Order: sequence, then structure tokens, then C-alpha cells
Amino acid sequence: MKVRVFVSLKNGVLDPQGRAIHHAIEGLGIHGVQDVRAGKMIELDVDASVTDDQLETMCKQLLANMVIENYRIERLAA
Amino acid sequence: MSFSSAVITFPGSNCDRDMADALEKVSGTAPHRVWHGDAELPQRLDFIALPGGFSYGDYLRSGAMAARSPIMQAVVEAAGRGVPVLGVCNGFQVLTESGLLPGALLRNAGMNFVCRNVALTVENNQSLFTSGYTAGEEILIPVAHHDGNYLPMPKRLTGWKAKAAWLFVMPRKSTARPGPLPGC
Repeated sequence: MKVRVFVSLKNGVLDPQGRAIHHAIEGLGIHGVQDVRAGKMIELDVDASVTDDQLETMCKQLLANMVIENYRIERLAA
Repeated sequence: MSFSSAVITFPGSNCDRDMADALEKVSGTAPHRVWHGDAELPQRLDFIALPGGFSYGDYLRSGAMAARSPIMQAVVEAAGRGVPVLGVCNGFQVLTESGLLPGALLRNAGMNFVCRNVALTVENNQSLFTSGYTAGEEILIPVAHHDGNYLPMPKRLTGWKAKAAWLFVMPRKSTARPGPLPGC
């Protein structure tokens, strides 16, 4: 089963990468984008035996740094 | 009894040998070289050093993988017993990722890799790491990093964490002359 973990910076944490992307979008001549925040998506292929608790543990202890990041887990239909 | 220290090497550490050479030069005793996959540290250590470099290629976040390696549990326990631990550059990132130091290091605000000499003022010389300086002395530290934007968390540190975080400050006006640029 595929599981997607979305990791994003918490509100208020400076995101220079998002700011640089925002600047580059304006360079394309496209205006009206108010803000850009960059994150990462990690896709895992897991056995059915992997529990929700284990996924939470993976996120809290490794995939996200809880000091600066949030995460969201999305299980994809098999 | 001679000074007993350890230098931890992670895959991608690239300043571990420099650190070992420096420790041997100042203490007269070669440090133990400890691999990240080891589960135990040598007995009766006086000092543990985590070197710089690019552990695990900086994958996921700088220092994130290294902080979960087997030896780090032993380093955290040793720190709890009062053994001084020094993290330089990527080693400092490993210490924040392991939870030994509060806060996190973010990508540099200007998006640039910063490689230059930075002048610092010694704010607090009442610590093991700064007792050789005089208070208010200006020193030059070479830096080379992409993730050196320290975010303290909680924002107002208290107790030893506050003292540890503010050993040095950036002076308002630097009088130090720049030296040769540090190697990356």
C-alpha cells in the first residue's frame, strides 16, 4: 500500500526556498501569487501490517523535525 | 590520568581527521575514533566531539539521519552524565536533531552557501568552551554552511540552554581583519 507523507514548515518559520521560488515565478511574468511555501512529499510503499501508530512514529522521530515542521499522512487506496 | 576523548565519524563526515589531529595536538593523547554504527562509547571519556561535514549527504535534513544512528543514544546518555560534547558545523546540526540542543538550523535566509570568516564577541567566558578567552574579546571564526540559520525553540531560552546559546554574539561593528577563507 502506498502512503504519502507531506512535510511542511510551520507557519511563521522563514522559508527562503519558498521566497526564491516566488521570486522566480514573478520572473515568468505571472503576477497574483501572494505567497509560496515549499515542502516535501515522501512516498512509502508499506505492508498492511504497518500500523497508524508506526507511521506517526516515523514522522515524529525522523521524517519531520517537530521543532520547525508539520506533517500530514495520506494513505492511498490499494 | 591522561585526557580521554572520542571523535565520532558518520558516513559523510569530512573534518573528523582534522578534529582528531587538533585534539591530539592540544591534549597530547590521540582521541578514540568511534564509528556511527557502534552502540557503545569507550569508558571514562572526558570529552566527545562531533565533526563537521555532510553526514548522509544532508539527505532529508542536515544531521537528521546521523542523529538517529546507534552511537547517538550513547552520546545522549554520556551528555546526561555530564560529559562535555562539542558539535562543530554539521556536528552541531546533529546535536539539534538529536534533541541535545534546543532549536533547529534552517536554510540560510539569503539562500546562499556562506563561506567566510565571521567576527564574534565573547559574551560569556565562564564556560568550559570559552574560558580561555577574555570577556568581550573579538575572535574570528571561519564558517562554511548552507543551513546556519539558528532558530532557538522555545524562543526564550532559560537556564544552561540560554548560557550555552549565547557564548558569542555578533559585534555591532567588526574590527577584525578577514583572514583566508575557510575550506568548505
